[in-house]
Amino acid sequence: MSKKIHVTTSINGEETEYLCEPYDTMLDVLRNQLNLTGSKEVCSSGDCGACSVTLNDRLVCSCLMLAAEAEGQEIRTIEGMTENGNFHVLQQKFLEHAALQCGICTPGMLVAAKALLDKNPSPTETEIRFWLAGNLCRCTGYDKIVRAVQAASEEIKESA
Amino acid sequence: MTETQYLSPKTIDEAVNLYSKNQGQSKILAGGTDLLVQIRSGVLSPETIIDIKNIKEISEIKNNGEGSFTIGAAVSGASLEENEEFKDYWPGVLEALRLIGSEQIQGRASLGGNLCNASPAGDSVPALIASGATANVQGPNGKRNLPVEEIHAGPGKTNLKNDEILINFDFPTKEQGSADAYLRMIPRTEMDIAVVGCAVNITMDEDTCINARVALGAVAPTAVLVNEAAKLLIGTKLDNDVIEKAAKCCEDACNPINDKRGTIFYRKRVSGVLFKRALKIAVERAKR
Repeated sequence: MSKKIHVTTSINGEETEYLCEPYDTMLDVLRNQLNLTGSKEVCSSGDCGACSVTLNDRLVCSCLMLAAEAEGQEIRTIEGMTENGNFHVLQQKFLEHAALQCGICTPGMLVAAKALLDKNPSPTETEIRFWLAGNLCRCTGYDKIVRAVQAASEEIKESA
Repeated sequence: MTETQYLSPKTIDEAVNLYSKNQGQSKILAGGTDLLVQIRSGVLSPETIIDIKNIKEISEIKNNGEGSFTIGAAVSGASLEENEEFKDYWPGVLEALRLIGSEQIQGRASLGGNLCNASPAGDSVPALIASGATANVQGPNGKRNLPVEEIHAGPGKTNLKNDEILINFDFPTKEQGSADAYLRMIPRTEMDIAVVGCAVNITMDEDTCINARVALGAVAPTAVLVNEAAKLLIGTKLDNDVIEKAAKCCEDACNPINDKRGTIFYRKRVSGVLFKRALKIAVERAKR
Protein backbone atom coordinates (compact mmCIF):
# COMPACT_ATOMS: atom_id res chain seq x y z
CA MET A 1 0.00 0.00 0.00
CA SER A 2 1.14 3.47 -0.62
CA LYS A 3 -0.16 6.94 -0.97
CA LYS A 4 -0.42 8.13 -4.57
CA ILE A 5 1.98 10.87 -5.59
CA HIS A 6 0.64 13.91 -7.39
CA VAL A 7 2.95 14.98 -10.23
CA THR A 8 2.81 18.11 -12.37
CA THR A 9 5.06 17.98 -15.39
CA SER A 10 5.34 19.05 -19.00
CA ILE A 11 4.82 16.39 -21.66
CA ASN A 12 5.43 17.42 -25.27
CA GLY A 13 5.09 21.02 -24.18
CA GLU A 14 1.75 20.59 -22.44
CA GLU A 15 1.36 20.87 -18.70
CA THR A 16 0.21 17.47 -17.48
CA GLU A 17 -0.88 16.16 -14.09
CA TYR A 18 -1.15 12.58 -12.91
CA LEU A 19 -1.24 10.43 -9.81
CA CYS A 20 1.29 7.61 -9.56
CA GLU A 21 2.60 4.96 -7.19
CA PRO A 22 6.21 5.25 -5.93
CA TYR A 23 7.35 2.28 -8.05
CA ASP A 24 5.56 3.35 -11.26
CA THR A 25 7.98 4.14 -14.04
CA MET A 26 7.57 7.04 -16.42
CA LEU A 27 6.82 4.46 -19.11
CA ASP A 28 3.98 2.94 -17.00
CA VAL A 29 2.34 6.32 -16.68
CA LEU A 30 2.86 7.33 -20.31
CA ARG A 31 1.32 4.14 -21.62
CA ASN A 32 -1.26 3.15 -19.03
CA GLN A 33 -2.54 6.48 -17.80
CA LEU A 34 -1.82 9.08 -20.44
CA ASN A 35 -2.50 6.79 -23.44
CA LEU A 36 0.83 7.76 -24.99
CA THR A 37 1.54 4.24 -26.21
CA GLY A 38 4.20 5.15 -28.78
CA SER A 39 6.96 4.41 -26.27
CA LYS A 40 7.26 0.63 -25.99
CA GLU A 41 8.20 -1.65 -23.13
CA VAL A 42 10.52 -4.38 -24.36
CA CYS A 43 13.48 -5.23 -22.11
CA SER A 44 12.74 -3.21 -18.94
CA SER A 45 16.45 -3.06 -18.23
CA GLY A 46 17.83 -0.22 -20.35
CA ASP A 47 19.27 -2.38 -23.11
CA CYS A 48 16.82 -1.95 -26.00
CA GLY A 49 15.88 1.74 -26.13
CA ALA A 50 12.28 1.10 -27.26
CA CYS A 51 11.03 3.30 -24.41
CA SER A 52 13.33 6.26 -25.24
CA VAL A 53 12.08 9.73 -24.33
CA THR A 54 13.87 12.95 -23.52
CA LEU A 55 13.97 14.38 -20.02
CA ASN A 56 14.94 18.07 -20.16
CA ASP A 57 16.30 17.37 -23.67
CA ARG A 58 18.44 14.51 -22.39
CA LEU A 59 17.85 11.09 -23.97
CA VAL A 60 16.79 8.53 -21.33
CA CYS A 61 14.98 5.21 -21.01
CA SER A 62 11.52 5.90 -19.59
CA CYS A 63 11.51 2.37 -18.13
CA LEU A 64 14.46 3.35 -15.91
CA MET A 65 12.91 6.53 -14.59
CA LEU A 66 10.27 6.80 -11.89
CA ALA A 67 7.13 8.69 -12.85
CA ALA A 68 7.51 10.66 -9.62
CA GLU A 69 10.84 12.03 -10.83
CA ALA A 70 9.12 13.97 -13.62
CA GLU A 71 7.82 16.61 -11.19
CA GLY A 72 8.64 20.03 -12.63
CA GLN A 73 10.62 18.55 -15.54
CA GLU A 74 10.10 18.48 -19.30
CA ILE A 75 9.39 15.19 -21.02
CA ARG A 76 9.20 14.69 -24.77
CA THR A 77 7.93 11.51 -26.39
CA ILE A 78 7.47 10.22 -29.94
CA GLU A 79 3.94 11.68 -29.86
CA GLY A 80 5.47 15.16 -29.78
CA MET A 81 7.63 14.66 -32.85
CA THR A 82 5.29 15.79 -35.63
CA GLU A 83 5.08 19.53 -36.18
CA ASN A 84 1.58 20.90 -36.95
CA GLY A 85 0.50 17.50 -38.17
CA ASN A 86 3.48 17.14 -40.50
CA PHE A 87 6.09 14.45 -40.19
CA HIS A 88 9.45 15.42 -38.76
CA VAL A 89 12.12 15.04 -41.44
CA LEU A 90 13.42 11.93 -39.63
CA GLN A 91 9.99 10.28 -39.78
CA GLN A 92 9.75 11.11 -43.50
CA LYS A 93 13.21 9.67 -44.19
CA PHE A 94 12.46 6.50 -42.21
CA LEU A 95 9.48 5.97 -44.53
CA GLU A 96 11.40 6.77 -47.71
CA HIS A 97 14.29 4.47 -46.78
CA ALA A 98 12.04 1.68 -45.47
CA ALA A 99 13.95 1.95 -42.21
CA LEU A 100 11.42 -0.12 -40.32
CA GLN A 101 9.71 -3.46 -40.54
CA CYS A 102 7.78 -4.58 -37.46
CA GLY A 103 7.94 -1.06 -36.02
CA ILE A 104 8.42 -1.85 -32.34
CA CYS A 105 11.83 -0.18 -32.14
CA THR A 106 10.89 2.71 -34.43
CA PRO A 107 9.54 5.24 -31.90
CA GLY A 108 12.66 4.78 -29.76
CA MET A 109 14.91 4.97 -32.82
CA LEU A 110 13.27 8.22 -33.92
CA VAL A 111 13.43 9.82 -30.48
CA ALA A 112 17.09 8.82 -30.13
CA ALA A 113 17.98 9.96 -33.66
CA LYS A 114 16.28 13.30 -33.07
CA ALA A 115 18.24 13.78 -29.84
CA LEU A 116 21.42 13.14 -31.83
CA LEU A 117 20.60 15.59 -34.64
CA ASP A 118 19.49 18.25 -32.14
CA LYS A 119 22.93 18.01 -30.52
CA ASN A 120 24.99 17.30 -33.64
CA PRO A 121 23.26 18.09 -36.97
CA SER A 122 26.10 16.53 -39.04
CA PRO A 123 27.07 13.26 -37.41
CA THR A 124 29.39 10.83 -39.18
CA GLU A 125 28.16 7.31 -39.86
CA THR A 126 30.27 6.08 -36.94
CA GLU A 127 28.74 8.68 -34.64
CA ILE A 128 25.24 7.64 -35.73
CA ARG A 129 26.00 3.97 -35.12
CA PHE A 130 27.50 4.61 -31.68
CA TRP A 131 24.65 6.92 -30.68
CA LEU A 132 22.03 4.36 -31.72
CA ALA A 133 23.86 1.46 -30.02
CA GLY A 134 21.27 1.64 -27.25
CA ASN A 135 18.39 1.03 -29.67
CA LEU A 136 17.97 -2.57 -30.71
CA CYS A 137 16.25 -3.55 -33.96
CA ARG A 138 15.82 -7.21 -34.83
CA CYS A 139 14.39 -6.63 -38.31
CA THR A 140 16.30 -4.16 -40.42
CA GLY A 141 19.96 -4.96 -39.81
CA TYR A 142 20.34 -1.24 -38.96
CA ASP A 143 21.72 -0.16 -42.33
CA LYS A 144 18.49 1.41 -43.58
CA ILE A 145 18.06 3.19 -40.27
CA VAL A 146 21.54 4.66 -40.49
CA ARG A 147 20.90 5.75 -44.12
CA ALA A 148 17.64 7.39 -43.10
CA VAL A 149 19.34 9.34 -40.32
CA GLN A 150 22.08 10.42 -42.74
CA ALA A 151 19.45 11.56 -45.26
CA ALA A 152 17.62 13.50 -42.57
CA SER A 153 20.86 15.15 -41.52
CA GLU A 154 21.53 16.18 -45.15
CA GLU A 155 18.06 17.67 -45.50
CA ILE A 156 18.32 19.57 -42.23
CA LYS A 157 21.66 21.03 -43.36
CA GLU A 158 20.24 22.05 -46.77
CA SER A 159 17.23 23.79 -45.27
CA ALA A 160 19.33 25.58 -42.65
CA MET B 1 2.49 -2.97 6.36
CA THR B 2 4.37 0.26 5.93
CA GLU B 3 3.62 2.38 2.94
CA THR B 4 6.19 2.53 0.17
CA GLN B 5 7.20 6.07 -0.49
CA TYR B 6 9.20 8.21 -2.88
CA LEU B 7 10.99 11.14 -1.25
CA SER B 8 12.88 13.91 -2.93
CA PRO B 9 14.80 15.96 -0.34
CA LYS B 10 16.31 19.32 -1.32
CA THR B 11 19.23 19.39 1.13
CA ILE B 12 21.92 16.97 2.28
CA ASP B 13 20.80 17.25 5.92
CA GLU B 14 17.25 16.38 4.98
CA ALA B 15 18.43 13.39 2.92
CA VAL B 16 20.74 12.12 5.66
CA ASN B 17 17.94 12.44 8.18
CA LEU B 18 15.46 10.52 6.00
CA TYR B 19 18.02 7.86 5.14
CA SER B 20 19.06 7.23 8.74
CA LYS B 21 15.43 7.13 9.90
CA ASN B 22 14.63 4.39 7.39
CA GLN B 23 17.87 2.42 7.77
CA GLY B 24 17.85 -0.85 5.89
CA GLN B 25 14.48 -0.20 4.29
CA SER B 26 15.47 2.67 2.08
CA LYS B 27 17.47 3.00 -1.10
CA ILE B 28 19.18 6.04 -2.53
CA LEU B 29 18.12 6.85 -6.10
CA ALA B 30 20.63 8.65 -8.34
CA GLY B 31 20.36 7.77 -12.07
CA GLY B 32 18.43 4.60 -11.28
CA THR B 33 19.98 2.61 -14.11
CA ASP B 34 20.90 -0.20 -11.71
CA LEU B 35 18.37 0.39 -8.92
CA LEU B 36 15.23 0.44 -11.06
CA VAL B 37 16.23 -2.76 -12.84
CA GLN B 38 16.64 -4.42 -9.44
CA ILE B 39 13.30 -3.08 -8.20
CA ARG B 40 11.41 -4.02 -11.34
CA SER B 41 12.81 -7.54 -11.37
CA GLY B 42 11.87 -8.01 -7.72
CA VAL B 43 15.45 -8.33 -6.44
CA LEU B 44 14.93 -5.26 -4.24
CA SER B 45 11.76 -3.79 -2.79
CA PRO B 46 12.78 -0.83 -0.64
CA GLU B 47 10.02 0.80 1.42
CA THR B 48 11.50 4.20 0.83
CA ILE B 49 13.19 5.55 -2.27
CA ILE B 50 15.21 8.70 -1.63
CA ASP B 51 15.88 10.61 -4.84
CA ILE B 52 18.98 12.75 -4.26
CA LYS B 53 19.10 14.50 -7.63
CA ASN B 54 17.35 17.62 -6.37
CA ILE B 55 20.19 18.30 -3.94
CA LYS B 56 22.53 20.95 -5.30
CA GLU B 57 25.86 19.53 -4.06
CA ILE B 58 25.01 16.06 -5.40
CA SER B 59 24.07 17.28 -8.87
CA GLU B 60 26.62 19.98 -9.59
CA ILE B 61 29.98 20.21 -11.32
CA LYS B 62 32.38 22.62 -9.63
CA ASN B 63 35.64 23.63 -11.26
CA ASN B 64 38.06 24.64 -8.49
CA GLY B 65 40.84 25.40 -11.00
CA GLU B 66 44.01 23.59 -12.16
CA GLY B 67 42.32 20.24 -12.57
CA SER B 68 40.69 20.24 -9.16
CA PHE B 69 36.99 19.56 -9.57
CA THR B 70 34.18 18.70 -7.19
CA ILE B 71 31.77 16.45 -9.05
CA GLY B 72 28.38 15.61 -7.56
CA ALA B 73 27.78 11.90 -7.06
CA ALA B 74 24.68 11.97 -9.31
CA VAL B 75 26.06 14.05 -12.22
CA SER B 76 25.26 12.07 -15.38
CA GLY B 77 27.82 10.93 -17.94
CA ALA B 78 26.12 12.98 -20.66
CA SER B 79 26.31 16.10 -18.52
CA LEU B 80 29.95 15.61 -17.49
CA GLU B 81 30.84 15.03 -21.17
CA GLU B 82 29.64 18.56 -21.94
CA ASN B 83 32.12 20.06 -19.49
CA GLU B 84 35.09 20.85 -21.73
CA GLU B 85 37.43 21.69 -18.86
CA PHE B 86 36.81 18.37 -17.14
CA LYS B 87 37.40 16.60 -20.46
CA ASP B 88 40.75 18.38 -20.83
CA TYR B 89 41.96 17.59 -17.33
CA TRP B 90 40.57 14.08 -16.73
CA PRO B 91 40.13 12.34 -20.10
CA GLY B 92 40.65 8.91 -18.53
CA VAL B 93 37.90 9.36 -15.96
CA LEU B 94 35.54 10.68 -18.61
CA GLU B 95 36.27 7.90 -21.12
CA ALA B 96 35.71 5.30 -18.38
CA LEU B 97 32.39 6.81 -17.32
CA ARG B 98 31.29 7.21 -20.95
CA LEU B 99 31.86 3.49 -21.64
CA ILE B 100 28.95 2.60 -19.38
CA GLY B 101 25.87 1.64 -21.39
CA SER B 102 24.17 3.50 -24.22
CA GLU B 103 23.42 7.22 -24.67
CA GLN B 104 20.12 6.55 -22.90
CA ILE B 105 22.00 5.15 -19.91
CA GLN B 106 24.49 8.03 -20.10
CA GLY B 107 21.62 10.48 -19.66
CA ARG B 108 21.27 9.19 -16.11
CA ALA B 109 24.24 7.03 -15.03
CA SER B 110 26.69 8.68 -12.63
CA LEU B 111 30.11 8.24 -11.01
CA GLY B 112 28.48 7.94 -7.59
CA GLY B 113 25.99 5.33 -8.73
CA ASN B 114 28.69 3.28 -10.43
CA LEU B 115 30.78 3.35 -7.25
CA CYS B 116 27.95 2.60 -4.80
CA ASN B 117 26.51 -0.18 -6.97
CA ALA B 118 29.91 -1.75 -6.23
CA SER B 119 30.15 -4.08 -9.18
CA PRO B 120 33.78 -5.24 -9.42
CA ALA B 121 33.48 -4.47 -13.16
CA GLY B 122 32.22 -0.88 -12.82
CA ASP B 123 34.18 1.00 -15.48
CA SER B 124 34.54 4.37 -13.81
CA VAL B 125 35.88 2.99 -10.52
CA PRO B 126 39.46 2.13 -11.58
CA ALA B 127 39.68 5.52 -13.31
CA LEU B 128 38.48 7.32 -10.17
CA ILE B 129 41.02 5.40 -8.09
CA ALA B 130 43.87 6.17 -10.50
CA SER B 131 42.92 9.86 -10.53
CA GLY B 132 43.43 10.05 -6.76
CA ALA B 133 39.90 11.34 -6.27
CA THR B 134 38.39 11.22 -2.80
CA ALA B 135 34.75 10.74 -1.87
CA ASN B 136 32.84 12.95 0.53
CA VAL B 137 30.26 11.00 2.49
CA GLN B 138 27.88 12.27 5.12
CA GLY B 139 25.89 10.58 7.86
CA PRO B 140 24.08 11.68 11.01
CA ASN B 141 27.45 11.75 12.82
CA GLY B 142 29.06 14.08 10.32
CA LYS B 143 31.19 14.08 7.22
CA ARG B 144 34.03 11.84 6.13
CA ASN B 145 36.42 12.10 3.22
CA LEU B 146 37.69 8.76 1.90
CA PRO B 147 40.02 7.80 -0.94
CA VAL B 148 37.87 6.09 -3.58
CA GLU B 149 39.93 2.88 -3.29
CA GLU B 150 38.69 2.46 0.29
CA ILE B 151 35.01 2.46 -0.66
CA HIS B 152 34.55 -0.98 -2.22
CA ALA B 153 34.21 -3.85 0.24
CA GLY B 154 33.27 -6.65 -2.16
CA PRO B 155 30.77 -7.38 -4.93
CA GLY B 156 27.73 -5.19 -4.22
CA LYS B 157 29.17 -3.99 -0.91
CA THR B 158 30.71 -0.70 0.16
CA ASN B 159 32.38 0.54 3.32
CA LEU B 160 29.80 3.31 3.71
CA LYS B 161 27.86 2.96 6.93
CA ASN B 162 24.15 2.11 6.75
CA ASP B 163 23.24 5.73 7.34
CA GLU B 164 25.84 7.43 5.15
CA ILE B 165 25.26 9.01 1.75
CA LEU B 166 27.88 9.68 -0.91
CA ILE B 167 27.76 13.40 -1.71
CA ASN B 168 30.50 14.16 -4.22
CA PHE B 169 34.05 13.54 -5.38
CA ASP B 170 37.04 15.82 -4.98
CA PHE B 171 39.55 15.55 -7.81
CA PRO B 172 43.06 16.72 -6.86
CA THR B 173 44.89 19.58 -8.53
CA LYS B 174 46.45 18.22 -11.68
CA GLU B 175 50.24 17.92 -11.56
CA GLN B 176 52.16 19.55 -14.40
CA GLY B 177 52.81 16.96 -17.14
CA SER B 178 50.24 14.47 -15.96
CA ALA B 179 47.42 12.65 -17.73
CA ASP B 180 45.17 9.66 -17.25
CA ALA B 181 43.71 6.95 -19.49
CA TYR B 182 41.31 4.03 -19.15
CA LEU B 183 40.92 0.94 -21.31
CA ARG B 184 38.69 -2.04 -20.92
CA MET B 185 38.57 -5.42 -22.61
CA ILE B 186 35.20 -6.60 -23.88
CA PRO B 187 34.55 -9.19 -26.58
CA ARG B 188 32.60 -6.67 -28.69
CA THR B 189 32.92 -2.97 -29.46
CA GLU B 190 30.14 -1.43 -27.34
CA MET B 191 27.54 -2.08 -24.69
CA ASP B 192 29.14 -4.79 -22.60
CA ILE B 193 30.57 -5.44 -19.14
CA ALA B 194 34.34 -5.27 -18.67
CA VAL B 195 36.31 -8.50 -18.63
CA VAL B 196 39.26 -6.42 -17.45
CA GLY B 197 39.56 -2.66 -16.97
CA CYS B 198 42.75 -0.71 -16.40
CA ALA B 199 43.33 2.94 -15.54
CA VAL B 200 46.69 4.71 -15.49
CA ASN B 201 47.38 8.22 -14.22
CA ILE B 202 50.92 9.32 -14.87
CA THR B 203 53.11 12.39 -14.38
CA MET B 204 56.07 12.91 -16.69
CA ASP B 205 58.99 15.29 -16.35
CA GLU B 206 60.15 15.14 -19.97
CA ASP B 207 61.03 11.45 -20.36
CA THR B 208 61.08 10.57 -16.68
CA CYS B 209 58.05 9.29 -14.84
CA ILE B 210 57.78 11.19 -11.57
CA ASN B 211 54.41 9.97 -10.34
CA ALA B 212 52.00 7.18 -11.23
CA ARG B 213 48.82 5.47 -10.11
CA VAL B 214 47.56 2.25 -11.64
CA ALA B 215 44.19 0.62 -10.95
CA LEU B 216 42.46 -2.50 -12.25
CA GLY B 217 38.80 -3.46 -12.47
CA ALA B 218 36.89 -6.74 -12.98
CA VAL B 219 39.83 -8.87 -11.84
CA ALA B 220 39.13 -9.10 -8.10
CA PRO B 221 36.16 -8.75 -5.70
CA THR B 222 36.84 -5.00 -5.70
CA ALA B 223 38.63 -2.60 -8.01
CA VAL B 224 42.31 -2.58 -6.98
CA LEU B 225 45.01 0.05 -6.72
CA VAL B 226 48.28 -1.54 -7.85
CA ASN B 227 50.88 0.37 -5.84
CA GLU B 228 53.67 -2.07 -6.72
CA ALA B 229 53.31 -1.33 -10.43
CA ALA B 230 53.31 2.42 -9.80
CA LYS B 231 56.43 2.18 -7.60
CA LEU B 232 58.33 0.41 -10.38
CA LEU B 233 57.47 3.15 -12.86
CA ILE B 234 58.33 6.16 -10.71
CA GLY B 235 61.84 7.51 -11.25
CA THR B 236 62.38 5.61 -14.51
CA LYS B 237 62.33 6.52 -18.17
CA LEU B 238 59.73 3.80 -18.73
CA ASP B 239 62.07 1.46 -20.56
CA ASN B 240 60.61 -1.79 -21.85
CA ASP B 241 61.93 -3.95 -19.02
CA VAL B 242 60.41 -1.60 -16.43
CA ILE B 243 57.06 -1.70 -18.22
CA GLU B 244 57.19 -5.51 -18.46
CA LYS B 245 57.91 -5.79 -14.74
CA ALA B 246 55.06 -3.42 -13.91
CA ALA B 247 52.74 -5.41 -16.20
CA LYS B 248 53.70 -8.54 -14.27
CA CYS B 249 52.77 -6.69 -11.05
CA CYS B 250 49.33 -6.04 -12.54
CA GLU B 251 48.92 -9.72 -13.35
CA ASP B 252 49.95 -10.62 -9.80
CA ALA B 253 47.51 -8.11 -8.31
CA CYS B 254 44.59 -9.96 -9.94
CA ASN B 255 42.41 -12.29 -7.98
CA PRO B 256 39.75 -12.96 -10.60
CA ILE B 257 36.97 -15.45 -11.06
CA ASN B 258 36.39 -17.90 -13.90
CA ASP B 259 33.14 -17.05 -15.61
CA LYS B 260 31.51 -16.81 -19.01
CA ARG B 261 33.28 -13.52 -19.66
CA GLY B 262 36.79 -14.84 -19.11
CA THR B 263 38.94 -17.37 -17.32
CA ILE B 264 41.35 -16.57 -14.49
CA PHE B 265 44.31 -17.14 -16.83
CA TYR B 266 42.85 -14.88 -19.50
CA ARG B 267 41.93 -12.06 -17.12
CA LYS B 268 45.42 -12.02 -15.59
CA ARG B 269 47.08 -11.99 -18.98
CA VAL B 270 44.85 -9.25 -20.33
CA SER B 271 45.37 -7.04 -17.28
CA GLY B 272 49.08 -6.84 -18.09
CA VAL B 273 48.37 -6.10 -21.74
CA LEU B 274 45.77 -3.43 -20.98
CA PHE B 275 48.11 -1.84 -18.47
CA LYS B 276 50.79 -1.45 -21.14
CA ARG B 277 48.34 0.02 -23.64
CA ALA B 278 46.72 2.40 -21.13
CA LEU B 279 50.17 3.51 -19.95
CA LYS B 280 51.14 4.33 -23.54
CA ILE B 281 48.03 6.46 -24.04
CA ALA B 282 48.49 8.25 -20.71
CA VAL B 283 52.14 9.04 -21.49
CA GLU B 284 51.23 10.40 -24.93
CA ARG B 285 48.58 12.60 -23.36
CA ALA B 286 50.94 13.74 -20.61
CA LYS B 287 53.54 14.89 -23.13
CA ARG B 288 51.04 16.90 -25.13
